[in-house]
Amino acid sequence: MESLLNRYRNITVLLLVIAAQLILLAVQVKNNRDIPFVRAWTVTAVTPIASVVEWFRGGSSGMLHNYVFLRDADAENRRLREEVGKLKMDNIFLRNELSQADRARALQVFQSSTQSKTLAARTIGAGAGSGSKTIYVDRGSVEGVERGMAVVTPDGIVGKVIASYPTASEVLLVTDPDFAAGVVSQKNQARGTLKGQGNGPCKVDYVPIEEKVEVGEWFYTSGDDRIFPRGFPVGMVTAVHEAQPFKEIQVEPSGLQHGLEDMLIILSGVHQEIPDTPPGNQPVYIAPAPPDATKTTGAADASGAPAAASGATAPATEADRLRAHYKALGDAQNHVFGENLPGQKPPNFNLALPPAGAQPPVKQNGVQSPLKQNGAPPPVKQDGAPPALKQDGGHPPAKQNGAPPPAPQDGTAAPAKPAGTPPAKSPAVPPGGGGR
Amino acid sequence: MDYSDSRILLSSQREGNKSRFRTWVSMVVPLAAILFQFFLPRFFDFLRFVEMPFLVVVYFALVRRSQINGLLVGALVGLAQDSLSKHPLGMFGIVKTLVGYFAASVGLRIDVDHAMVRLVLTFFFYIFHQVLYWVMVRALLSQPMDLEPQRTALLALLNAVIGVALFHFLDKLRDRA
Repeated sequence: MESLLNRYRNITVLLLVIAAQLILLAVQVKNNRDIPFVRAWTVTAVTPIASVVEWFRGGSSGMLHNYVFLRDADAENRRLREEVGKLKMDNIFLRNELSQADRARALQVFQSSTQSKTLAARTIGAGAGSGSKTIYVDRGSVEGVERGMAVVTPDGIVGKVIASYPTASEVLLVTDPDFAAGVVSQKNQARGTLKGQGNGPCKVDYVPIEEKVEVGEWFYTSGDDRIFPRGFPVGMVTAVHEAQPFKEIQVEPSGLQHGLEDMLIILSGVHQEIPDTPPGNQPVYIAPAPPDATKTTGAADASGAPAAASGATAPATEADRLRAHYKALGDAQNHVFGENLPGQKPPNFNLALPPAGAQPPVKQNGVQSPLKQNGAPPPVKQDGAPPALKQDGGHPPAKQNGAPPPAPQDGTAAPAKPAGTPPAKSPAVPPGGGGR
Repeated sequence: MDYSDSRILLSSQREGNKSRFRTWVSMVVPLAAILFQFFLPRFFDFLRFVEMPFLVVVYFALVRRSQINGLLVGALVGLAQDSLSKHPLGMFGIVKTLVGYFAASVGLRIDVDHAMVRLVLTFFFYIFHQVLYWVMVRALLSQPMDLEPQRTALLALLNAVIGVALFHFLDKLRDRA
């Protein structure tokens, strides 16, 4: 007997190990329950190491980024971001959540604005398996994360927690074929079930063919699944096909568009209304920087023609035009946006500036004031009286689609209109410059 | 049969170099393989195809030339991989147990120090691994799963190439008995 066992020892051990795992598998499948302690051991063993590796990676990557490769670019990037932030604070018309390039900050804003109780989490790893659509985040049961909790970003839903361990949690992404969530369309309130397809877009199933769903329409969580609170953006419809008995609807999940670095786990969800308009946090497309003002002025001077004639100074976007307008307003009143102490008098945003093409003297409050643009900034009185503006140059002013002319730089005289032009009254708010 | 230095088949088990590893190597390398698959796809998604745990199981099974060692390493690595996946425990465990066992069985009969032999074996064991996993998902879990032969073959080739390089590196960590 002993020799028999010795002879077949290898195959015996193999069968025993396989049988043990089959029993383990059968127990899980039959009871539809997991063996939590085995997973907990592995996750608890792996995640601290992953966290340490992530810490080192973040540190070394940050140092490499800041001090070796992109030292100047990073500093410039920071300065520009600060400038954008300051302008946004002073300008309520340009306040837009999408301009927040810093994802962590956007998450913080979203977290403070949403009514649901949330917990910020960071991705620390991907699920095992080449086709895996799960990730691990650095928040676990110690922080109150439980299985079945929703995971979202300001852009939309990300997934749901399918396992919670002491130091980490596993999140099933919306793109996983096993994922499902109740959704409702924004316009016609068509209800359906969002399902992942493994890669790319998701589909919305069980929408009857008589329901009307359009391409470009947004889907929101309906709250029916009791995982996702009602009113969180899901994604935009990219394709709709008529089929029996349900429509075939493709949805581009919005929560995954900006990466999966930081996210929020909803600890306690609160239903919210579905907005009438699509979510504001659309993908940000940063337009190219506006042309350099000095080059523009120089070009205009050299040619003796308005800079707008070449089209080089035309603002690229509405935001650029507004920015130029408010910058001119600030310059005219010696106001530096973002650097004034609280309580100080804000700049007068209704101050009339000479419209492009029209020439001072500007009549305001019944007083005509000549505009003087001879290289020095125009003197502006901030007590409500109109500034004494005089323009004695020999050239017509640069026309920038209604925006004010660029501020003179380096003593270069701004193009001005020839003398003799009849005075024009400046509108309080240039077209598109203030009424939105 | 040609008994030159380049022969592949071993005439007896004694001819094979039964490799031993230090304890820390036996523990750290599988753990690193698990970490690799857990951590790296986050930053390099295109590396998701690299089945590092599988490669490590094949390597240890081949060079140790012990079926019990091979299947135990396969079972442990597979269960660890299961723990980090959404599937029930035992799916990767069973597959890698069998891979470890069969790889060790082959290692007993073939000189696995040849790079070409390693390439071919890793290629076939990868396909075996994927097909067996596909069968188990469909048969035991009754879940739909696609098996794309061309893609699997391509991934098998890529994993085999990476495996040969990895095995060369791991060779430097072993103590020949």
